[in-house]
Amino acid sequence: MTRLAGAFEKSHPALVAFVTAGDGPTRAILDALVAGGADVIELGMPFTDPMADGPAIQAANLRSLGAGTTTADILLIAKGFRGRHPDVPLVLMGYANPMLRRGADWFAHAAADAGVDGVICVDVPPEEDDALGPALRAARIDLIRLATPTTDVARLPTVLDGASGFIYYVSVAGITGLQQAQQASIDDAVARLKAATTLPVAVGFGIRTPDQAAAVARVADGVVVGSAIVELVGQHGADAPAAVTAYIKSLADAVASARKVTA
Amino acid sequence: MTAPPSFPPNSFKAQPDDRGHFGDYGGRYVAETLMPLVLDLDRAYRAAKADPAFQAQFDDLLEHYVGRPSPLYYAERLTESLRQSAPKTMGAQIWFKRDELNHTGAHKINNCIGQILLAMRMGKTRIIAETGAGQHGVATATVCARFGLPCVIYMGARDIERQAPNVFRMKLLGAEVRQVTSGAHTLKDAMNEGMRDWVANVHDTFYIIGTAAGPHPYPEMVRDFQSVIGTEARAQMLARTGRLPDLLVAAIGGGSNAIGLFHPFLDDPDVAMLGVEAAGHGLDKEHAASLAGGFPGVLHGNKTYLLQDDDGQITEAHSISAGLDYPGIGPEHAWLKDIGRVEYDSATDTEALDAFQLLCRTEGIIPALEPSHAIAAVTRRARDMREDQIILANLCGRGDKDIFTVAEALGVEI
Repeated sequence: MTRLAGAFEKSHPALVAFVTAGDGPTRAILDALVAGGADVIELGMPFTDPMADGPAIQAANLRSLGAGTTTADILLIAKGFRGRHPDVPLVLMGYANPMLRRGADWFAHAAADAGVDGVICVDVPPEEDDALGPALRAARIDLIRLATPTTDVARLPTVLDGASGFIYYVSVAGITGLQQAQQASIDDAVARLKAATTLPVAVGFGIRTPDQAAAVARVADGVVVGSAIVELVGQHGADAPAAVTAYIKSLADAVASARKVTA
Repeated sequence: MTAPPSFPPNSFKAQPDDRGHFGDYGGRYVAETLMPLVLDLDRAYRAAKADPAFQAQFDDLLEHYVGRPSPLYYAERLTESLRQSAPKTMGAQIWFKRDELNHTGAHKINNCIGQILLAMRMGKTRIIAETGAGQHGVATATVCARFGLPCVIYMGARDIERQAPNVFRMKLLGAEVRQVTSGAHTLKDAMNEGMRDWVANVHDTFYIIGTAAGPHPYPEMVRDFQSVIGTEARAQMLARTGRLPDLLVAAIGGGSNAIGLFHPFLDDPDVAMLGVEAAGHGLDKEHAASLAGGFPGVLHGNKTYLLQDDDGQITEAHSISAGLDYPGIGPEHAWLKDIGRVEYDSATDTEALDAFQLLCRTEGIIPALEPSHAIAAVTRRARDMREDQIILANLCGRGDKDIFTVAEALGVEI
């Protein structure tokens, strides 16, 4: 079983925590995420033009790039994390251009060497899978696909074809970190996805309070939190790890107590 | 933008494929939220392209609202002035396609007319666009006023400062100009904001992209709408001289005026083509020449040449011409460069300024800074061509908007 599959086999829904690499003391923040109870780590690769992101993650990208973060730095952060946390799955999330700059094969091998389990690439849809998918599959890295409120039933098989690891349901047609979707629409979408795939379904975009996380955890296999963590890093800088651990613990407790209600 | 006939197998006009690829370039590199919309747009565009009523409405507006066809003009005094420094019997004839005489003063309006007709056909009720210099913003605000649709224009804070007259024009036309303070506050960031708006308002909003770039079908669609330039020029040149030009020249930012001129000539083997990028302060310094100084990558929905660093971070472009100040280029140009059908060169800020003044004084035409780059390349090439040869350059915009920038560059206070 892969580390990612293992994270979704636990007795509680998975808490998936996002942080931008190179923004603040990333090594300590990653340890804080694990200490707080995150089940899956998404490590954001900063990009100058993060088109799908809202103000919080845009600002984190600029802070990280302003501090001089390189692709080599991000891979070192990943490798260090793998050494300290051999069992916690790590996913790289970002945009196509930094991933493809030295070639998809180079990136896939470098990520695999660093102990990365999965990749989420925002702007490579299934229609452009050739650009990245084959290289990741050859390196045995899961390609995590996004489904959105605009992904209709007719299109869903296209999205699922070639997807692995888990399905990331983007609950809002919009950018990261702003509004949250109506719970009813999340319930419907998760049910639709789960009817179409055996992969775990994690839900993200706009989730920031323990109550919201618990509500999503009642129907989904995973809950993704990103902008709220990144905002904490922005506010606390070098002191972020303690604040991050406390915040993640509040989410993890909520997710764990949500336990799926079986009909 | 007539429906294409079936092309011979070796035609240069048969691109893109049905997934929007021009060779390795182009494609649809967008977030999943936008993907269904982009597919929908593609279907709608195919249907419109095949509909004679759509074509008729487009042609009618271009004739009676935009003022097409634009003239084809023989620049006699410019030709003569360049021949003075050329060897005997050398110095090509210089002709201009005068798209600067269009309503709103540039070629941008051709594309905006086409896209807003498509938006209305798709039942969209809100228009958004990005702008750098403000020409595309003005053209978009113009067609929105003409058809009564609400219009939001994203413009970088830095460009708003540099282009105050165009900001005021857009507001007069009823558009809301939203200042973009993310990233570097310029055109690429305005385009990021446009895509963020689109992703959040997919149900009612149509994004009028201003150049032949972005996710498929935009590069093809913008090219088709702008091809009126080359189609007219080809017929006019044949009618006036009985022959085709030897060399076409056009400035390139995103590349829409150039592809509009070039595309109808691509299968004429004796017509050479030259695209002119902005070399800014010089190719070894800050510039906006993506083909000369960039590498293939993915940005704003397409794969193309981009100014970027070793890690794939996009670097800032620089040109005295805000309309060329973009770190990418339309994917069809990337392909045409790689296969060698079109030659690409560049002109610096200084060369463009010199060409700007030369045209003012020899022809009584104040060009925009964008085509001034093309004119700079024309002055270099004309002397090396025989006097019976013909250069046709696209005068894609007029210079009214640029007089403040030019005055500042020349150290003149107005």
